[in-house]
Amino acid sequence: MRLELHQVSKRFGESQALREVTLSLADFHSLAIIGPSGGGKTTLLRILAGLTAPDAGSVRIDGQTLDFSEPALLEHRRSIGTVFQSYNLFPHLTARENVLLPLVRVHGVAQPEAESIVATLFERFQLSRHAHQKPAELSGGQQQRVAIVRAIAIKPRFLVFDEPTSALDPEMTAEVLDFIAELRDEGRDLIIVTHNMGFARHVSDRCVFIADGLALEEGPSDSLFDRPQHPLLAAFLARVLRY
Amino acid sequence: MSLLFAPPPGKALARAAQAASWCLVALMAAGLFSFAFAQLHYGWNWEAIWGYRQKFLQGWAMTVVLSAVSLGASLLIGLIAALARRSSFLPLRYSAVLYVEAIRGTPLLVQILILFYVVANAFGVENRYIVGVLALSLFAGAYLAEMIRAGIESIRDSQLESARAIGLTPAQTYRYVVFPQVVRQLVPPLAGQFASIIKDSSLLSIIAVSEFTLNAQEVNAFTYSTLESYLPLAVGYLLLTLPISLLGRVLERRFRFAA
Repeated sequence: MRLELHQVSKRFGESQALREVTLSLADFHSLAIIGPSGGGKTTLLRILAGLTAPDAGSVRIDGQTLDFSEPALLEHRRSIGTVFQSYNLFPHLTARENVLLPLVRVHGVAQPEAESIVATLFERFQLSRHAHQKPAELSGGQQQRVAIVRAIAIKPRFLVFDEPTSALDPEMTAEVLDFIAELRDEGRDLIIVTHNMGFARHVSDRCVFIADGLALEEGPSDSLFDRPQHPLLAAFLARVLRY
Repeated sequence: MSLLFAPPPGKALARAAQAASWCLVALMAAGLFSFAFAQLHYGWNWEAIWGYRQKFLQGWAMTVVLSAVSLGASLLIGLIAALARRSSFLPLRYSAVLYVEAIRGTPLLVQILILFYVVANAFGVENRYIVGVLALSLFAGAYLAEMIRAGIESIRDSQLESARAIGLTPAQTYRYVVFPQVVRQLVPPLAGQFASIIKDSSLLSIIAVSEFTLNAQEVNAFTYSTLESYLPLAVGYLLLTLPISLLGRVLERRFRFAA
């Protein structure tokens, strides 16, 4: 996919989350957005996911300019799959019903067809025996896997992950990261914000480093991690990779 | 003895212990009331009352009908008021605040009198049953509005964010995400609210709605047998409120674990 940002700014009260970010990323399949906390990477992701409109600037995804009016953003959100840190699932619905809801109510898939889509996906990702459990009965890793299945069930243009494992313990993190890597191997386009540098490098072919509301460096993931150019990125990597 | 009446905490209560304590409580209550009634030197005249049993039954049935209709109407009013209270249109939001605070801050008795003698009169509504149901549902609706609002506000922002992310419209978010969870929270206290409406409906007797209490008052006026008229009244209300209260407790237990 292709991504072009032109002077994108976003301010929350006093803090400037993004300062005139201009970026042009051509031809990637999986993009990792890395950087220190509070640097603006989640804000950028939320703009790409259609959850927040920037104060200024323009965004083009695959050559298509994002329209930031609410009806257009709703359509945009419907065309992509978004997975948050945690609490993605609705607690009153079973795992299966959580996946059925957008299929049936948002995308107008007939109930029997939607049920067979869900059954197939649950089968494939070893979730079948949890289909009738409520989120509270599932582990954090299982919940995230169901949330990811919900995101892919609608055949999204691309997937967006906002620190999908930061609320999980290490074992469950591996379970969820394996799942995301599997999706990447299937050829799905994805954009991921993560604190897990090993995974960011492993899963992405392209990487952007965001700090202080600026996109300070971008490039193919391997070279960005091996030969960071910007001193802040070098310092950041030295810090997070020390242990 | 201490094991029977004060079992150690943490263990499930034995049936025998429960039964023994209930018997003790019942005995004490019976003793207290037997003593009080014995001091009265009251000449009981149950025969006079028996002649009016139809009147008691009719009044009781009317109370059930009025309360049930009022519960339904109060749910609707409460829902509208709760949504109005969250509206971004300020006049609407403040109307809801005014309604809830005015109703919760004044006695039902006063509300019934004003609604019947002033408001209903001004609009030419003469049917006291309609006014009665309206008064009860407006009263209960204010309390329900607050319960529904608390229920809506208990839904975490992260859920609303998820709903947005999967592309639900605001209306769909209410329909499929917010309301199903609010209803679950609302069912147990709703049982208590229903019991309250049943008891509060007795106040409709002051505008001559022919419900349970008014009929008992009339029987008293016909027979001069005050206690015989009012004791069946207490029993009649308990027959309604006790099962509802028990049901509420069962529902509370069920929904607590279903979350």
